[in-house]
Amino acid sequence: MSVDYDAGHPIPAPTVHPDNQGFWDGVMRQELVIQRCGSCGAWAHPPRPMCPECRSPKREWSRAKGKGTVVSFVTYRQSVHPGFKVPYSVVLVELEEGVRLVSNLQGVKPEEIRIGMPVEAVFERINEEVVLPKFRKVD
Amino acid sequence: MDGFKGKAAVVGFALSPFSRDSRKTELRLSCEVIRDALDDAGLLVTDVDGLVKHADDASDEHAVSSSMGMENLTFFGEVKWGAAPCAMLLRAAMGVASGAARCVVVYRAVNGASRLRMTPSMKTSGQMSTSDLLQWTFHSPFGLTTEAGRVAMTVRRYMHDSGARSEQLGWVPVVCREHGACNPGGAYHGKPIRLEDYLASDLVVDPLRRLDCSEASDGAAAFVVTTPEVARDLRQKPVCILGAAQSMVRDTEMLAGYYRRDPARLPEVRDVGAKLFRTAGVSAGEIRVAQLDDAYGPLVPIQLEELGFCRQGEGASFCEGGSRIRRNGAIALNTSGGSLGEGHLCGMNLVAEAVRQIRGTSTNQVNTAELSLVVTGAGGPAAGLLLAAL
Amino acid sequence: MAMEYIPGIPLLRPYVDYDNQGFWEAVREHRLVFQKCGHCGLIVHRPRPMCPRCLSTEREWTPSEGKGTIYSFVNFTYQNAAYPGIKVPYVVVVVEMTEGVRFISNMIEESAEEIAIGMPVEVVFDQVAPDLTLPKFRKRKG
Repeated sequence: MSVDYDAGHPIPAPTVHPDNQGFWDGVMRQELVIQRCGSCGAWAHPPRPMCPECRSPKREWSRAKGKGTVVSFVTYRQSVHPGFKVPYSVVLVELEEGVRLVSNLQGVKPEEIRIGMPVEAVFERINEEVVLPKFRKVD
Repeated sequence: MDGFKGKAAVVGFALSPFSRDSRKTELRLSCEVIRDALDDAGLLVTDVDGLVKHADDASDEHAVSSSMGMENLTFFGEVKWGAAPCAMLLRAAMGVASGAARCVVVYRAVNGASRLRMTPSMKTSGQMSTSDLLQWTFHSPFGLTTEAGRVAMTVRRYMHDSGARSEQLGWVPVVCREHGACNPGGAYHGKPIRLEDYLASDLVVDPLRRLDCSEASDGAAAFVVTTPEVARDLRQKPVCILGAAQSMVRDTEMLAGYYRRDPARLPEVRDVGAKLFRTAGVSAGEIRVAQLDDAYGPLVPIQLEELGFCRQGEGASFCEGGSRIRRNGAIALNTSGGSLGEGHLCGMNLVAEAVRQIRGTSTNQVNTAELSLVVTGAGGPAAGLLLAAL
Repeated sequence: MAMEYIPGIPLLRPYVDYDNQGFWEAVREHRLVFQKCGHCGLIVHRPRPMCPRCLSTEREWTPSEGKGTIYSFVNFTYQNAAYPGIKVPYVVVVVEMTEGVRFISNMIEESAEEIAIGMPVEVVFDQVAPDLTLPKFRKRKG
């Protein structure tokens, strides 16, 4: 478990949108799928409608290896949303592919999180509608 | 009204096909039509240094900029209402005629018929604004739901990269409150804090403490700007806008520079400083007083580094002890208190204090202030002013 | 024919704030008031925080005699182009009040065929819901 959710209060669900649909469809299939340019191969996250490197509108979705390291993290100690019980941490993970993702860590207490910690992607079902990509520590 | 004559020209344009259902997001429509307009002009994306959008459009300038790989924007903003098509061109012409930019793109994209509907924040076509979409969708499900949380993520990384400690970062709110304590117009008049108070203040989002975050206020501000000819005959000492600059760089985001190479820097602030100093022909060493964006205190040391008031990585130790950032220090910081010590008015009061320093009416007047610097927008698209006596 | 509000669809309610509060409190008490400048006496509608003539923020409320003439009107006959919660046909009028301000409202009884520009009208108060009173107009008698 990565975050202690309050089942009585739904968390903000991801807003699925034609430009980001591939990512969230991948998550539902338990795959970490990142946007990639169909012309030059550059990875991009968050997803957008055009390649920032070569401006091609050919956007594709490619499976990422799922491995990365923690680049930064925060710990909420005061409640800001009723769906999330404090304390909980949010991490910024850099994937091997070079892009970064905001997520949570499973099985790691806030005081144990370290920048540079190697992690890998997992998928957590939050409720009937929502599955989210999370990370766990790699030994 | 003839300031544009001979100073601005339309060199390219494009229209997308009209349809009842484009099957494309407005952001995609924006990017494609801008690309086509640049092709028509025979210019490159990297030639663009200005963007003007409609206030109701979902596709914010930074979303377009980061989607298209624009490198450096010096002029951007939005225009409202039905008059906008011509008014946006007027705004672009102002940018070019004034020298603030060389190549400004004006754009509008609306799915008015298909009305892709999203929640929670809706723009005219019912589509969520791109700022919200890029952030909300990828941050909020994980509990990163507040602005303070997004800043804290950058601060954590900065502390890691630079070795900055809480005991050092605390000097920014301490000095701002000291300055605000002698400002009768501020919300904290007579109410300074000490470092002990700062360290005892609770962690709002670890590593951000309550006293790192400026407190919301109700309030308002207004400024009147005119020409030097008119200014000379008016009652106040005129304060000349020597330089004014905006900046967005590659992958600028709203308080979430996480996705670019160095997530703990403020390259927009660096760029604003460089532009202002170049325009005025001065260096950081000649500036004695600065109002920097202190909505979140820990972003101040990073700004000091980016502006060249201290070396990279040394911002926190520069602030430690307070002496270098007080009135008689190397660079007097937020002399009326700033957002942390005067009140939070989204940075407007920083500009007011920058004006006071040139007028000579600050409650913490720096006597040698010939140049007055102010920077707003740390953490996202930034802007700055360099003020001087007329 | 009286306006018919369709049950189950929310009523359109006024957004009450510091600047217009006095107007809506008076309406609740079946009084029509307009905003008057406490400094120069200019009467305005709609309520705003500052007198547009002298910039004073001393705002007062002055009673209206509730009389005026129809300046213009529209007739909603096509439900899809009207508010779903009000059954068509219904009329929206602009009334030029004797105080010199214009006021948007409805005719409480008369239909479009029974009114004309220039017609003298007077205000009435319609208790649309237990917590919503709206000023409306009818053809002035006498």
